[in-house]
Amino acid sequence: MAGLTDLTLADCRAGLAAGDFTAEELTRAHLDALEETRPLNAFVTETPERALEMARASDARRANGQAGLLEGLPVAVKDLFCTEGVQTTAGSRILGGFAPPYESTVTAKLWAEGAVMLGKTNMDEFAMGSSNITSHYGRVENPWRAAGSNRALAPGGSSGGSAAAVAARAAPAATGTDTGGSIRQPAAFCGIVGMKPTYGRCSRWGIVAFASSLDQAGPITRTVRDSAILLRAMAGHDPKDSTSVPRDVPDYEAALTGDIRGLRIGIPAEYTMDGMPEAIVGLWERGKDWLKAAGAEIVDLSLPHTKYALPAYYIVAPAEASSNLARYDGVRFGLREAGDGTDLTEMYEATRGAGFGAEVRRRILIGTYVLSAGYYDAYYIKAQRVRSLIARDFREAFETVDAILTPTTPTAAFPLGEKMDDPIAMYLNDVFTVPASMAGLPAISVPAGLDGDGLPLGLHLIADAFEEETLFRVAGVLEEAAGFTARPGMAG
Amino acid sequence: MALDSETVRRIAHLARVRVPEEELELLAGELSNILGWVEQLGEVDTETVPPMTSVVAVRLPMRDDRVDDGDAPDAILANAPDGAPGFFAVPKVVE
Repeated sequence: MAGLTDLTLADCRAGLAAGDFTAEELTRAHLDALEETRPLNAFVTETPERALEMARASDARRANGQAGLLEGLPVAVKDLFCTEGVQTTAGSRILGGFAPPYESTVTAKLWAEGAVMLGKTNMDEFAMGSSNITSHYGRVENPWRAAGSNRALAPGGSSGGSAAAVAARAAPAATGTDTGGSIRQPAAFCGIVGMKPTYGRCSRWGIVAFASSLDQAGPITRTVRDSAILLRAMAGHDPKDSTSVPRDVPDYEAALTGDIRGLRIGIPAEYTMDGMPEAIVGLWERGKDWLKAAGAEIVDLSLPHTKYALPAYYIVAPAEASSNLARYDGVRFGLREAGDGTDLTEMYEATRGAGFGAEVRRRILIGTYVLSAGYYDAYYIKAQRVRSLIARDFREAFETVDAILTPTTPTAAFPLGEKMDDPIAMYLNDVFTVPASMAGLPAISVPAGLDGDGLPLGLHLIADAFEEETLFRVAGVLEEAAGFTARPGMAG
Repeated sequence: MALDSETVRRIAHLARVRVPEEELELLAGELSNILGWVEQLGEVDTETVPPMTSVVAVRLPMRDDRVDDGDAPDAILANAPDGAPGFFAVPKVVE
């Protein structure tokens, strides 16, 4: 069936309800697109049989008058979410072949609402990266190309497989996770919508842990409405994650009123960077004009500790990672290398030396160093103090504004292979997304325009904790005004 | 803070990650660069600022201390790279 893969989640939901097509037809169309776009390497594991089985079960439920929030809607799942009986690798060699005996809370909620799993998407190893080059299962390609060039571009990361799959119409929606920008940066690079909810909004149970005080699951979709639809199903309290908050989940879609009259939108001075491409500066200006034209008030403000968010992040995140990744010991699951076979320590070192890639190893070592005796206060506690200041900046800002508008990334998608020799240059990709992560705040990237080379650029909105409805409302207006309809060259 | 190869070797051992001898120097350079870059945090006066301990202001909940899951040894052992029935197997640790 032609055209089915161009439908949004909301369109699919309406078409299924009206009986225009079945969940099985919709799933088959996406499985075909998934095959066509296979050169992108967006998936680590495709699950076509399970998808068709789930789609047929969904059609049967609908025939019986039962329909969940996501009934019959195909979804791709980042390979960081544990899926019962389906290989979950986190992009790492060390988890190759690992078939979890349980389902993550977020994916379990999707299936309970009737969604259909297309497969598991590729990602930077253990979600550490901004390019999708660090995956053990090969790099992912961005479905976009610069005008007049056939050079492969990075899809962003770490949820680059999810973003590439959704942009290429292999899936109408996907789950992602965001620790410092891993949903929003790839969404910007791929011309789609990526949303990170407030820390605690979605359960982290069953998501392979990277940095526990920062990790948060969120939706990757092509429209703001679809983002609202998917988040509603993903969010909610879970007794198995003590940091998930016991709050009701609102109907986020209902927040898309299109009315932002009287809302105050902050523009932080510190997000203007030297050497920022003209296209991004111009887009940010247009973003302000669009929101102003819709009746919002634009307010200049200051978030004075912004420049310290990224260096503080590169202490906190590796510290937590070095602790979380201690569990990969070659004993209970995943890879085991005996080494010279002498003893247990030899086995640990050989297993972890062989199982982790260069970026993960780098971060484990940094994390181990900053947590080691004599350095803990100077690095880790210092970074957590700076983090308190970053959160305070935002708290004070949200006393006077309802949302904050910034660019999502300092550049458009860069060619695959660039920035690999310089870790810090790669880290700078997340300079605009990390501050909200450090403060645990909800944020969204909306595709808002193309640069001179025809590559997509995103605008980024940040709201106060648990103000996802405000975030969606403003994002909806931004999306409408931007009228982004461009499609990538490679789409199923 | 510049790290030398010896320090990298020591951290790698603490982290139980084998690093080939010929990569120690390169890693020492990379890690030194990253640590040099994060040192700018020293510019921030944090004397009176408490470290963040909770991202979102919620109290950790208490739960009843009761078993609500378990008794699934086969599922738990299914992914083990080496195991005797009912056990995880490891290299000999006691002489």
